[in-house]
Amino acid sequence: MCNIIASIEAIEAIGLEREFKGGVKAVTGIDLTVAPGEVYGFLGPNGAGKTTTVRMLVTLLRPTGGHARVAGFDVARQPAEVRRRIGVALQEAALDPLMTGSELIELQATLHGIPPRAVRKRGAELIERVGLSQAADRRVGTYSGGMRRRLDLAMALIHEPEVLFLDEPTTGLDPTSRLTLWNEVRRLRDEGTTVFLTTQYLEEADQLADRLGIIAAGKIVAGGTPAALKAEIGSPHLDLVLAAGSDVQRAREAIAGFGDHRPAAEGCHLSIGLEHGAADIAPILRALDDAGFAVAELELKQPTLDDVFLAKTGVHLEGAADAEPAPEPELV
Amino acid sequence: MRTASVALARRALRNALRRPQFLAPLVLFPTLFLAVNVGGLERTTALPGFPHVDGFLDFQLAAAITQSLLLGGISAGIAAALDIEGGFFDRLVASPTPRLAIVLGRVLAASVIAAIQVVYFLVLGVIFGASIKGGALGVLYVLAIGTVAGTGFGALGVMIALRARNASTVQGIFPLVFVLLFVSSAFFPANLLSPPADVVAAYNPLSYIAEGMRQPIAFDNALAPVLEGLAAAAGVALAAIGLSVLALHGRLRAT
Repeated sequence: MCNIIASIEAIEAIGLEREFKGGVKAVTGIDLTVAPGEVYGFLGPNGAGKTTTVRMLVTLLRPTGGHARVAGFDVARQPAEVRRRIGVALQEAALDPLMTGSELIELQATLHGIPPRAVRKRGAELIERVGLSQAADRRVGTYSGGMRRRLDLAMALIHEPEVLFLDEPTTGLDPTSRLTLWNEVRRLRDEGTTVFLTTQYLEEADQLADRLGIIAAGKIVAGGTPAALKAEIGSPHLDLVLAAGSDVQRAREAIAGFGDHRPAAEGCHLSIGLEHGAADIAPILRALDDAGFAVAELELKQPTLDDVFLAKTGVHLEGAADAEPAPEPELV
Repeated sequence: MRTASVALARRALRNALRRPQFLAPLVLFPTLFLAVNVGGLERTTALPGFPHVDGFLDFQLAAAITQSLLLGGISAGIAAALDIEGGFFDRLVASPTPRLAIVLGRVLAASVIAAIQVVYFLVLGVIFGASIKGGALGVLYVLAIGTVAGTGFGALGVMIALRARNASTVQGIFPLVFVLLFVSSAFFPANLLSPPADVVAAYNPLSYIAEGMRQPIAFDNALAPVLEGLAAAAGVALAAIGLSVLALHGRLRAT
């Protein structure tokens, strides 16, 4: 049977799988499409299979099942064609610490077959664009994490790729560096570059992605625009913090008739989904008061992507990595 | 392919110069070994059966060069393994860089470093009293054999790095270099080696490489040993480059 996918999508995966040595399945049947010019957020905890999926899409890892096409080419059968059309910034900015920023950019340009005359010009433009002009002639070993990420991004863009893969580009960065990278992703979207962005940060996915795929335990559990995904969850919820020493179990019983009780973070926290929105707040507070509970803090929250994650997987995104340990990346 | 190989070779050379702690042992260690040997074992030349040489330094210079070139191979392997560990190798693989260029770039750099190592030891030898009997042509012979051998040792290092994928394993090969060298005729004439070392030495390409370089340094430009040395070096280089390419393909297939 012929399984070649005819595609005009920037990225298309059907039943993509990857099994590692020892039978560990890191990715268990990913189906996704990314339209040209779209920023696609791939959200999930550590060990969910995000990086394994990216490594298959950028031809660094062979799928053990399913098919994927990137920029119109099959990742397994036409990897060289795929590589010419993609830019890749992997999770750990794999930059040679002994080289300067300029040298790395020039090397990357040469390896992409950019003519020598154009190398300097394009390199200088990109260095300036990512704000590294002052540090361009310094060795990368002296760069901060944010500077490395920006240089990595510049290198990924040197050949003006059709599809850009950013694997957790802001992990470990300070807020300022994170914002700088976010702005650059927005700019790329405005320029029409397709961006496949993996992240474990809810806010990042919410801020940047046109569409999202939420991955847990190697499978996409939800997909759509951030707004649509949150609307699916429906009503807002109320987060309560009871006074110290409160019997949380008894408090839950006191307000059992109100809304949908959710797992709360810790200690004296309660989280209740409000069926009727803000109108439910007063009766809940009254019921708690009648039962002798004092409320220290309360906050009305609109649905977030974490709620979507919780609804789809039964756990919060934060901490989900502990529940699903990442498989050892041993090769088959 | 050529552009990519040259670009990667330039990078490897530049990095070698920027990592003097890796480069210095390639010449310092064999230099010290040479000094100790020449200083303490000069009377070896008086042993019956030892070929007539002007001095033990003339005889030992080729051994020091061979030792240095072998260390150069380990150094090339460590550098390649560090690229794998640090993720730079993945960056190359995810780019349209021709696969062969990934190996050839590193091997080309090893060739250039090998030529520098040969020149260093010849200059050192002359400074400390050795005379290159083969003259300018002899120097070219030594340079040719040394560069080709260094290319091969570099390719072997890259092959081990591609298989092992970590620098510490490549570094662990270090003692093996000495074993291989001591069971060759690099340090002592083959006819003075005891069994079974003499038998192993007869099949050890390091013997031919060292003797091929020794001939123009200590004796004359007799073509037979020079050509044998060149052939042994070329054989090692071709086999090692082939094995490196196979290791690269194996590694890429396995992912």
